[in-house]
This record gives sequence, structure tokens and C-alpha cells, in this order.
Amino acid sequence: MEKFQVLRSDKKDISVLNIKGYLDAHTAPDFEKSLKTLLTEQRYKIVVDLNGLQYISSAGLGVFMGFVEEIRENAGDIKICSASQKVYKVFDLLGFPSLYEFFDNPEEAAGKFKKIQG
Amino acid sequence: MTLKTQNGKTYRLKIPADSKNLDIIRKFISGISENMGFPDEEIYKIELAVDEACANVVKHAYLTNSREDRIINIEARDKKDRLEIVIFDKGKGFDPKKVKKPDILEYMKKMKRGGLGIYLIKALMDQVSFRIKAGVRNEVRMVKFLKE
Repeated sequence: MEKFQVLRSDKKDISVLNIKGYLDAHTAPDFEKSLKTLLTEQRYKIVVDLNGLQYISSAGLGVFMGFVEEIRENAGDIKICSASQKVYKVFDLLGFPSLYEFFDNPEEAAGKFKKIQG
Repeated sequence: MTLKTQNGKTYRLKIPADSKNLDIIRKFISGISENMGFPDEEIYKIELAVDEACANVVKHAYLTNSREDRIINIEARDKKDRLEIVIFDKGKGFDPKKVKKPDILEYMKKMKRGGLGIYLIKALMDQVSFRIKAGVRNEVRMVKFLKE
């Protein structure tokens, strides 16, 4: 199994978390920790880049849901990008596309934040 | 981990209920599914359904048991036209009737994180049933048909 990784990169007020590998009940706490760190730093404009994410279970989806309200209350959002077809299918089964915006790549996702600002 | 083949068609895995073992569980079930000839997309669904059922056991079943008693049993039966999977534990059990389709908005508001697993299992597999005998044997049975 490819090791689960969260890679963070910041560009101005937008943070991109690229998650890679297998996101399940075992690795979800790592992802949760990274999101929590962003919130402690009051960085609420977040792109979660799924490029390299091979697998997601409901424990991983739960992390998205656990924080999004606080993020939106602070004029931020979580934008999701680069989901493979099979990973997207899991989000879709649970109705995520009605609550989150999905994009093809991180630039497009980040661009959405800028549009709102402008 | 015990991995046995009996009668060439039933595979058994008995493994400690620990989240770090979910990876081994997924490999076990995806290997069997692959050998039976399921396409990749279906293998992914089977893998995910089994992961969800086992993650539930890890998270909920054995809160009061000592560590060495926390075991997940998985039986996978290759029935040629279908794969039958039975996952059982001796934990505290749950009421499957209380599990409804999650309202995603409601979930977000309550910052609730659990409860999605059973819904997913039902969405991913062709047949799903439960037999709960708390402390004795709690069983989730799921079936995936091999389509020609």
C-alpha cells in the first residue's frame, strides 16, 4: 500500500492539501490533524487536492464533513479537486456534490476563491 | 492472521479488530474478487463495503472487551456466480433498523462523522443482511453477483 500522505502548500490566503494513498479509518486522523492545523492558523480557504488518492472510505469523508461548517462560518470553504473516477463515485454515493464543489485541478479550484473575492 | 482455503471455495480471515489491519482485510477480499473475475470497478466496491463493515467493528463493537478478545472474522465464499461475504464479531452489536439514509446536510450541521458505513455497504453490494446477537455473534452478510 502506498503510504498515506498529506502535502501542504500555501499560496497567499489559500492552502492546498494534497492527500495521497489510502484514506481509511486508520489514516483519517492524519488528514483530520492537517485540517485542524489550518483552522488553528485561521486559514479557511482550503483546496483538497485528491491527485494520488487511490482510495477513500466513509471515515475519510467524515473528516470533510466535520470541519466544513466552521470553515464556511469563517468565510472560507473546502474545494475538492482531481478526484479519480472511483474516488469521486464514493463522494457521489453520499451526496457530496450537492454540498461541495469539485474541480479538475487545484488551479481551477483556487481560482474559484479569487473570483469570490474580486 | 489466519488465511485458510477450505474446499477450495471458502476463504477465512481471523484478525484483530484494529484499524491498521483494514489494509490487510482489503487485500484479502480484493485478491479473492480478482481471482473470481470481477472487474476493477466491482472489486473496488467489494473492498470498500468490507472495509466499512470492519471499520464499524473496530470502532463500535468491542468497547468493553479486553484487547485480545477484539477479533473480526471474515468468510468469503466463492459461489461461482457470486461472492458471499460474512463478517462477524462477538461485540455489543447494533440495531440495523435504526440505520437510515444519512441526510448529508444534517450530518454537516451536527459535525457527525459516523453512520455512513452501513448506508454505503447497502449502496455498494447487491444483497445485504444482518443477524445480531449481542455478545455472541453479530453478522453482516453481503453478496455481489458476477455479471456475465
